[in-house]
Amino acid sequence: MTSLRGPNAVDLTLNVNGHDRSVHVPPRFSLLDTLRGPLGLTGTKLVCDEGDCGACTVLIDDRPVYSCLTLAIAAEGRRVETIEGLSQDGTLHPVQEAFVEHDAYQCGFCTPGQVMSVVSLLRAKPDAREDDVRRAVSGNLCRCGAYPNIVAAGVAAAKKKR
Amino acid sequence: MPGLRVLKSRDEFEGEIYTSTVIVEGDDLPASRDGAPTAEIGRARPRVDGRNRVTGRAMYTQDVRLPGMLHAAILRSPVPRARVRAIDTKKAEALPGVRAVLHRFNAPEIEFRGEKTLFRDEVKFVGDEVAAVAADDSQVAQQAIALIEVDYEILPHVVDLEEAIGPKAPKIDPDGNVHDAGEYKRGDFRKAFKDADVTIDVTYRTSTQMHNALETHGAVASWDGDRLTVWESTQAVFGVRNMLKDALKLQPTQVRVICEYMGGGFGAKLGTYKYGVIASLLSMRLGRPVRCVLTRREENLAAGNRSATLQKLKLAGKDGRIVALEHESWSNSGQGRWAANPTGPSNTLYDIANVSSTAHRVTTNAGALSAFRAPGYVEGTFALESAVDELAVAMKVDPLTLRKRHARSVTDPRTDNRYSLKRLLECYAIGAHEIGWSKRRNAGMRGSQPHRRRGLGMATQIWGGGGGPPAYATVHIETDGTAVLRVGVQDIGTGTRTAIAQVCADELGLQLDQVTVRLGDTDAPYGPGSGGSVTLASIGPAVRIAASEVREKLLVAAGGILEMPASELRIERGSIVSKGARTPLKEVMPKLDNSTIIGTGIRHPNPDKLAIKTFGAHFAQVEVDVRTGEIFVEKVVAVHDVGRIVNPLTAASQVQGGIVQALGFALTEERVVDRGLGRVMNANLEWYEIPTSMDVPEIVVRFVDVPDRKANNLGAKGLGEPPIIPTAAAVANAVANATGARVRHAPMTRARVLEALAMVGAS
Repeated sequence: MTSLRGPNAVDLTLNVNGHDRSVHVPPRFSLLDTLRGPLGLTGTKLVCDEGDCGACTVLIDDRPVYSCLTLAIAAEGRRVETIEGLSQDGTLHPVQEAFVEHDAYQCGFCTPGQVMSVVSLLRAKPDAREDDVRRAVSGNLCRCGAYPNIVAAGVAAAKKKR
Repeated sequence: MPGLRVLKSRDEFEGEIYTSTVIVEGDDLPASRDGAPTAEIGRARPRVDGRNRVTGRAMYTQDVRLPGMLHAAILRSPVPRARVRAIDTKKAEALPGVRAVLHRFNAPEIEFRGEKTLFRDEVKFVGDEVAAVAADDSQVAQQAIALIEVDYEILPHVVDLEEAIGPKAPKIDPDGNVHDAGEYKRGDFRKAFKDADVTIDVTYRTSTQMHNALETHGAVASWDGDRLTVWESTQAVFGVRNMLKDALKLQPTQVRVICEYMGGGFGAKLGTYKYGVIASLLSMRLGRPVRCVLTRREENLAAGNRSATLQKLKLAGKDGRIVALEHESWSNSGQGRWAANPTGPSNTLYDIANVSSTAHRVTTNAGALSAFRAPGYVEGTFALESAVDELAVAMKVDPLTLRKRHARSVTDPRTDNRYSLKRLLECYAIGAHEIGWSKRRNAGMRGSQPHRRRGLGMATQIWGGGGGPPAYATVHIETDGTAVLRVGVQDIGTGTRTAIAQVCADELGLQLDQVTVRLGDTDAPYGPGSGGSVTLASIGPAVRIAASEVREKLLVAAGGILEMPASELRIERGSIVSKGARTPLKEVMPKLDNSTIIGTGIRHPNPDKLAIKTFGAHFAQVEVDVRTGEIFVEKVVAVHDVGRIVNPLTAASQVQGGIVQALGFALTEERVVDRGLGRVMNANLEWYEIPTSMDVPEIVVRFVDVPDRKANNLGAKGLGEPPIIPTAAAVANAVANATGARVRHAPMTRARVLEALAMVGAS
C-alpha cells in the first residue's frame, strides 16, 4: 500500500552506488536533480532535462534510465548506479577503460551517459555485437559525433569479457 | 635585451586575415624534415585526461558548486519585437528566496557587444533578455521570472531571410535590413561569362543550424570584493576575460576566467554573452557567487546559430575549364552584427580567372548568429561544390577531373602569395581510390533494392588553420623530475591537452605521463581562443620552444651533478643518459634541492608572403529511395592535408565528428521559426534532429601527413573545422549522381528530395 507523501519536502533513502543515502527533497524532484544537488554526484549530466538526449543516464536495478524523467521518490528501495560508482579502488571498469583506449569521446559531456548505457547492455548481454552497442547508445546523443569510437569501445569491452 | 625583436605576423582567423604585433626572443626551432614519427609525435595516444572524462570527475562549469552560491534565471522576451514600456517586479521580489532583480530600469549602464545597455528598451527577438533574477535556488529563480510583469508595445517584425530582403518587410535596422558584408573581384566575370560555351545560373539555400553543444552556455561568477573569478564554459578564457573586464570596467588582473573542461562549443563560445555579465554583476552586487546557466531552450534562442543563407551562383565553362564564377549571398544574421561570409571558398579554392562575389548580411528579429565550425565555408562550399558538379554535368566532364584542372595552382589566387604547402591533388588521389571512383557512372548505379539508386559524389575543402602568435608556454621541472606545462589555451574536447603534452614530452625526452598540463586559466600568459582551427598550430610551437629550453638547462644542471659535460648527455624516457649510464630524473632533481628549472616559449610569427591553408576532399557513397526521398549515406571517405599529425587517434576523432555534424547539416538539422509568432518551434533536442549512433555511415579517415615546415616549427596545422566543410556537397553530388535530381537546399529532407525527383521525373 502506497502512502501519500508531500507536497513539501520528504525524507528519502536512496541506495546509490551501494550506499544508502538519506536526502530531504520535494517529491517532484527528479532523480537527476537529487543526484546532482543534495548528493553532490555531478558526474551525471543535465543536457535537455526532458528525456531527449540520454546524458543523464543512470542504472536502476541494472537497467538504464533517464534520471531527468525519473522521480527520486520512485527510485526508493532500488539499486541506483551512477558513473561515480563504476571504478573500484581506482581501477577503471572495463567499459571505462575501453572508452579511454578508443578515444570514445571528445568534449566528454555525454560520456557518463554513454558509459552507463554500454555497461547496462553488457550486463544483460555479455556477448553483445556491434549492432547491439549501436542500439544501446542510440538514446545517448553525442554532439561531437564520437559515435564510431563509442561503438568500437563497446564492442572491445564486450570482446574482453568473452 | 639581446635578441628581442618586434615583428608583424599575418594570421588567418575564420576566413579573414589579421596582422598582429609579435615580440620574439631568439630564433625559432626548425621543423622536422621528413615528419617521421618520433618518441611522441605521430603516435596514437589515448587522452591524458581520459580517466577524468570516464569517471565523471571532470569538472565542467555546470558542475561548479560554491559555498553560498545563488542561482540566476533570465526572463526572455516572448515576442519578436516590442518596446518595453514598463516592468513590475513587486511580486517577484516578494517571493521568499529572491535576492535581486535586474532589468533595464535599474541595471547600470553597461557597454556590451556594441550596445550601450544590457537590457534593450526595444527587444528584438524571442529570447531577448528582459530581466534577470538571483535567488537561493534555481526553482525559486524560475518561479520569480514568471512573476515579473512586462508591458510590451508590440512592433512589426520579420524573421524569415527572404521576407526580410523583400520590399514589404518592416525595417528592423533604421537603414534597412540588407547590409554589405564583403565584395571581391578578379578578372572580368561579365565578359568571360558572355564568351563561354556552357553556363549555369543556380540558386542554393541552407537552413539555420543550431550548435546544441551538450553543455549549454553558462557561467559561475564569484566576486571577493576586489577580484572576480568566473568559471565559464568557453572556447576562449582570455576572450571572456577581456569582454568582462571591459563591460564591468575592471583591470585585467581583477578578472580570472577558468575553464578546465567544457562540454562543446563549435564556435558559439568564443566569448561571453549577457548571462556572463549578469552573473558577474549580480555577484558584485550581492557579494555571493552567482550561477547563470542557460536551459536547452534558451541555448537555442539566444546563444548563436549558423545563419540561413540564400546563394546565387553563375558558372561558365569553356574549353574544358571553368572560366567564370559569380557568387552572391544573403545571410540571416538575426540580431548579429556580422555575417559569416559564404563566398570565401569561391574566392580562394580554385584557380579560376574571372571571379566576382558579393555577400550581404540581413537583419531579422531572430537570435544573433555566432561562429559555427567553419562559419560561411560550410554553407558556401555546399553551394559552390554543388554548382561545380552541375557545371561538370553540363560540360560533360567528370567532376573530379574538372576540379583537378583548377586545383594544381601553388598560389593563393586572392593574395598571389605561394602556399606554404598544398597537397590537394594527393587528397583527390587517395579519396578516389578509397571510394572506388573509377566505378562511378554518370547515370548512377542500381541500388540494393529496386526502388533505390546508388551514386558517388565528392567535394573539396579549403580553410585556414595556420594559427599564429601571440601564444606562450612555460615549462618547469618539479622535484620528482616531472614537467609542468602551463598555457593560456583551453581544451574544448579536441584533445589539445594531450597533443601539447606529447609535444612537451617529445622535446624534453620525458614519458607522456611525466608531463602535467595546466590550461584553461587566465592566470597563465596569453593563449588564443580555440576557434578558426588555430589552437595546436598556435600553442604547439611555443610549447616546443619552452620544452627545448628546459632540456638544455636540465642537461647543464645534470652535468654538474653527475660531473660530466652536458654535451655528452641526453634525456630519454625520463632519464639522463650518458655513455653506458642512465640516471632517472627523479634521482637527479632532489640533488638540486628546490632549485627549479624553467623554460618559456613564444610562438614566432608566420612567414611573410606565404599563404598557409589546409586542404581536403570528401567522397560519399549514397543510396536514395526514390519512393520516399530518403537518403542513406553508406560511406564517407575523408582525406585531409593539414600538415603533420601529432596524434593520429585524436585527429581521426576530429574528422569523424566533423563528418557526423556535417551530416546533420546536410540531412536533418533545420531551425524552424514561426513567421507569425517569431518563435523557434524546435528549440529542443526532440524536434531539432541531430545525428544519433544509428545515423552514422562507414567513415574512412586518411591524412596526407606531411609536415608544413614553412608554417611553424611543428609542421602542424589545424583540423577542427576542415572535416565539416565538404561533406554536405559530397552527399548532394552523390544524390544527383544516383538519381539525376539536384537538391539545392540543405538540409536535404525527404520532402526536398522528392521535390527534386519530381522535377526530373525520376520517381
